[in-house]
Amino acid sequence: MSNPVSDGYSPTELLVCTAARLMTDKTTAFIGTGIPMLAASLAQRMHAPNLVTIFEFGGTGAIFETLPMAVGGECTFHRAIAAAGICDVMEAAQRGFIEYGFIGGAQIDPYGNLNSTVIGEYYHPKVRLPGSGGGNDVGSFCWRTIAIMRHDRRRFLEKVDFVTTPGYLNGPGAREAAGLPPGTGPYRVVTNLAVLGYHLESKRMLLLATQPGVTVE
Amino acid sequence: MEVIQSGIGQLIQKPDLNAFREWNRQKPKALIDKRMTEAEAIDRFVYDGDYIGTELYGTVRCPMSLVNEVVRQKKKDLRVVGQGVFELDMLLAASLVKGMDITYVGLEVYGVSNVFRREVESGRLETCVEWSNAALAWRFKATAMGVPFVPMRSMLGTDTLKYSAAKVVECPFTGDPICLVPALILDVGLIHVHRADKFGNAQIDGISGFAAEMARACKRVIISAEEIVDTEVFRCHPDRTIIPYYLVDAVVYAPFASHPGEMCYIHVRDEEHIKQWVEASQEPATTQAYLDKYIYGVKNHREYLELVGWERLERLKAMAQGVDNEQPCI
Repeated sequence: MSNPVSDGYSPTELLVCTAARLMTDKTTAFIGTGIPMLAASLAQRMHAPNLVTIFEFGGTGAIFETLPMAVGGECTFHRAIAAAGICDVMEAAQRGFIEYGFIGGAQIDPYGNLNSTVIGEYYHPKVRLPGSGGGNDVGSFCWRTIAIMRHDRRRFLEKVDFVTTPGYLNGPGAREAAGLPPGTGPYRVVTNLAVLGYHLESKRMLLLATQPGVTVE
Repeated sequence: MEVIQSGIGQLIQKPDLNAFREWNRQKPKALIDKRMTEAEAIDRFVYDGDYIGTELYGTVRCPMSLVNEVVRQKKKDLRVVGQGVFELDMLLAASLVKGMDITYVGLEVYGVSNVFRREVESGRLETCVEWSNAALAWRFKATAMGVPFVPMRSMLGTDTLKYSAAKVVECPFTGDPICLVPALILDVGLIHVHRADKFGNAQIDGISGFAAEMARACKRVIISAEEIVDTEVFRCHPDRTIIPYYLVDAVVYAPFASHPGEMCYIHVRDEEHIKQWVEASQEPATTQAYLDKYIYGVKNHREYLELVGWERLERLKAMAQGVDNEQPCI
């Protein structure tokens, strides 16, 4: 795919707008810092005023006025419904209360498995990354997981170095066989070049749409 | 129950709940004035080789004044709960950490932690065991419940589980595979709160993170507080006590103890100072210079605050929004 023609907006703004359109009103979404946060803020002002945002350290149903730099920051529970704790939020996710989960990673494979732990071999890593954090839980519990990624060949791989967060693992039925809650899993991948989904049967990633000005090569 | 899979990560703290019960039985239940300085609290209650936990994390309600004192006293060979940003960066920068149950160590919007990378990639941090965020929170919860493990439905099918010390078993009730995570008993927990009384009763405003669970999973707890209040504040609103006094060993009066992190409703985070650390942490020499200036170069938290400057701190205070209008008492 070729690079998009910049036309008065940045690649980040494009990611934010695309992700915001995937957030529907009157539903719940697990939000991480950065682009998902900006997207949720935009969605709340546009088409989803009743979007219930949930942050892993306890913020539930905040109304955004400023943008937080941390998932536990004050803005994550500003005028919120509840300022709870991590167990409360993770237990709600495990009970099936959270529809969308927004996550990122350094690498993704065709089944939507994500790596945010190490580049290279685990015991002698080339780069040690931060680790799962809430990523693994979001990818396990949320009904629909949306990955937000910068699109390049170092990030989209046939096999990731480490499966931090489960996608469809190694194919159809693998999540259920592993014991993950049925009916959950990757839904979309939003990148600066495209929006991708997953084939209903093979569970492999497929192209749904290209971003403006992008062509499939 | 049949064990289907065992994580290959090391169980770096054994969940001996019978010993924990004995420990809790002998903990003083009398109302004792536990106020002391950071120096005394860390000297008396943190030992070399201890397994320590900090709460909340990184840039939010983080117990920096206590962590800085641990660094100043060079408590070594520590094992820690790896959920953090700034506080763990300080311990890692001083090479005090030998083992870690990690879920996330990074600088959030500023990316990967430079000191964490150096400690892992050089092998100085000998043991890293992977977990998800919920797994660590529920490991505290298991200890708080007094049981050796809790079942959970994430981690399954991933390398996060493979490199953890969790186990997958066939659930005796449903027959489905389920992940079991072991109770995590901490030697000492460091928690910064909005207000405490001299006995150790504590209230937190805003999100509570995992304070309630972690405080109940520790053999020793050191509380630092923005404000020391009369016990009457707790007696008027007992529903707001998140940590009761009998869990607590030391109470330290420490305003701005989360600096450069934020303390909700009181002050915002110090972005410039955080950037200064992100910059300094890139090279070992500048990392050392930062520690020399802000930790080793000052005697205590008071001197640290003076070094940062009261004018700057007052500015961070003025920028705090969403002030809590509800008074704790009366």
